[in-house]
Amino acid sequence: MRREIPLAITAIVGFALIIVYFIPHPPFNASKDFFEDLFFIIAAFAIWLGCLNLLKVNADKVYLKKKGWPFSIVVWFGFFLMVIVGFWEGRGFMNPGTTFYYLYDKLYYPLNATMFSILAFFVASASYRAFRARNKEATILLIAALFVMLGRVPFGYYLSSWLPEGWRLGNITDWIMDFPQTAAQRAIMIGIALGIVSSSLRVLLGLERTFASGE
Amino acid sequence: METIGIWIAALLTLGIFSFLYKDNPFYKFCESLFVGVSAGYWFVTTFWQVFMPKLADNLVAGRFYYIIGAIFGVMMLLRLIPKIGWISRWSLALVVGTTAGLYFTRYLVSNGMVQVQYTIISLYVKGNLSQTIGNLVIVIGTFSGLIYFFFSKEHKGAFGGLAKLGIWFLMLSFGASFGYTVMSRMSLLIGRMDFLLGTWLGLIR
Amino acid sequence: MKFLEKLLAVDRRIIFLFIAIAVALPLFFVVKLHIEVTPVVRNLHNALEALPPGSKVLVSLDYDPGSMPELQPMAESFFRYCFNRDLKVIIMGLWPNGPIQANVALEVVLKEPEIMKKNLKYGIDYVNLGYTAGNEVVIERMGSDIPVTFPKDYSGNKTEDLPLMKGVMNFNNIDFVYNLSAGYPGTVEWVLFAVDPYKVKLGAGNTAVQAPQIYPYLNSGQLVGLLGGMKGGAEFEIATGYPAKAVRYMFSQSVAHAVICLFILLGNFAYFATRKKKGS
Repeated sequence: MRREIPLAITAIVGFALIIVYFIPHPPFNASKDFFEDLFFIIAAFAIWLGCLNLLKVNADKVYLKKKGWPFSIVVWFGFFLMVIVGFWEGRGFMNPGTTFYYLYDKLYYPLNATMFSILAFFVASASYRAFRARNKEATILLIAALFVMLGRVPFGYYLSSWLPEGWRLGNITDWIMDFPQTAAQRAIMIGIALGIVSSSLRVLLGLERTFASGE
Repeated sequence: METIGIWIAALLTLGIFSFLYKDNPFYKFCESLFVGVSAGYWFVTTFWQVFMPKLADNLVAGRFYYIIGAIFGVMMLLRLIPKIGWISRWSLALVVGTTAGLYFTRYLVSNGMVQVQYTIISLYVKGNLSQTIGNLVIVIGTFSGLIYFFFSKEHKGAFGGLAKLGIWFLMLSFGASFGYTVMSRMSLLIGRMDFLLGTWLGLIR
Repeated sequence: MKFLEKLLAVDRRIIFLFIAIAVALPLFFVVKLHIEVTPVVRNLHNALEALPPGSKVLVSLDYDPGSMPELQPMAESFFRYCFNRDLKVIIMGLWPNGPIQANVALEVVLKEPEIMKKNLKYGIDYVNLGYTAGNEVVIERMGSDIPVTFPKDYSGNKTEDLPLMKGVMNFNNIDFVYNLSAGYPGTVEWVLFAVDPYKVKLGAGNTAVQAPQIYPYLNSGQLVGLLGGMKGGAEFEIATGYPAKAVRYMFSQSVAHAVICLFILLGNFAYFATRKKKGS
């Protein structure tokens, strides 16, 4: 029963939503609205599960004095700082001028933004060290990348302004994006769509059971 | 307070950047703080933006069927207790079923059928050479790309030739994606540099 | 030859330093650059220009501070444009950071003299419905009932009590949807769950990483226009006649791209030169 009930829930909910696509009238649309309203609550609990699991993992690290355990205390500190201030502020916690907004602006924003900005350095290093035109395919990749990088910035215009209108770097980049790039992305998109359709069907028919059994 | 805040933000920014030289305790502190603060933000936002309006207020207003959502949600949280963690699969089943049911139709229509529809286009546009070439590129590129992804048949002969053409289109696309990725990453760095040099040090107007 | 080998083996921290200088140095100069508005941005602008004053525009901010340099200027220029044209703005977010990012953008735009003259009121000219968990299911639910999906706004006011939300039941009562997206959920989900099922008119601003994947939707007409990366944001600022942050950053962007291109060419030159020497 531990496995059968989840599979039954999946099938009932999934097929109900497929039926509603074709018959969007009462009483079928009521089932769609019902399942979606439940989904919001469960999704919110799933977010809380992730947060609580993070606390649990870091608590274990401190308790067992694993490598880097003092930083787990920092994780707990950051978490409870935001939570205490956020709960204290009440529903208007996102309003400019609140302490929560201040912490968001001075802690969360710089940490998040900087963490992603260091990727710029690694992209540059990878471009220099690893981007090699070893074969035909890599050469096509390299040429396309160069065209797009130069065509998508004003420098591209200045480098190619002597060329006739329609043949400048910006125009070539636009053409690459609008036609061959679109074609390739469309092929990928169609392939993924077919894959998702088949895997959704497998899940609903109970052929894919990994989520319903095992850890 | 604003000045203190800017200094804290700048020091945290430099702490993350210090990783570029070498991994160090200052970076690890900033990284751990980021993880904790993010989780705290998500926790609080979920409470005030979802639990309060969608669960608490609805239950108070007498819409008691929302309690089913709360029950499934608590079952999800029981995953934290290994002995009874299996019960979370019921909640997961509802999530998986909803997602599978919605994806089945939406992906088939928007990413499948509509995309195919707009690939079946005129191969010759009278009086418009550039559009004709463009349409040919779209059709040949999409078709050859799909041929490449068909691994049930060996890529030999004409089929193999089309697959090779598909690879070239894909490489062109990946090159364009790489160019855009560089643009994106540089933009993020420009933002942080503007903050450090402008907002913090006041060197830029 | 030894020099080329040394060049190939250079410490990556030297490369980091070059990039830091390439990005930082141009910020000290105010350089007016030629920025051409591409058709994909022009189409978005034209679609917005076709909206009469009083039209309801739904803005979904689906990003976090990690994508702020690219998407925040787009948010600011879009709000500025809407307020100048008397379009009514309904803000929401599929990411938890979306609504607060909207407040950050509004804080900037509402203080501008031209916008202050309009004496805009929360609840009448703009609302912030906040965030709700559920990703694409939120969009799907909005298709049938927006007040049930967002019963309260971001600060706890009842949605049905907000004057702007009176009569807004679902997408049929929304004239245009504008999505700022950094990943999942984002523009793809808006196309799948709003455009095709509910015939919504959608324009988008994406991070440059995501933009190439969105082009098929432009070709099929599922998306009216796209702002791709910081360049797209700069083009929109030019198109709306208010050059701001994104335009200012383009010089730095240009220099950084030129440096990366030089790195690629130099790395390949050194690689092939050393390989040729070893071969002979």
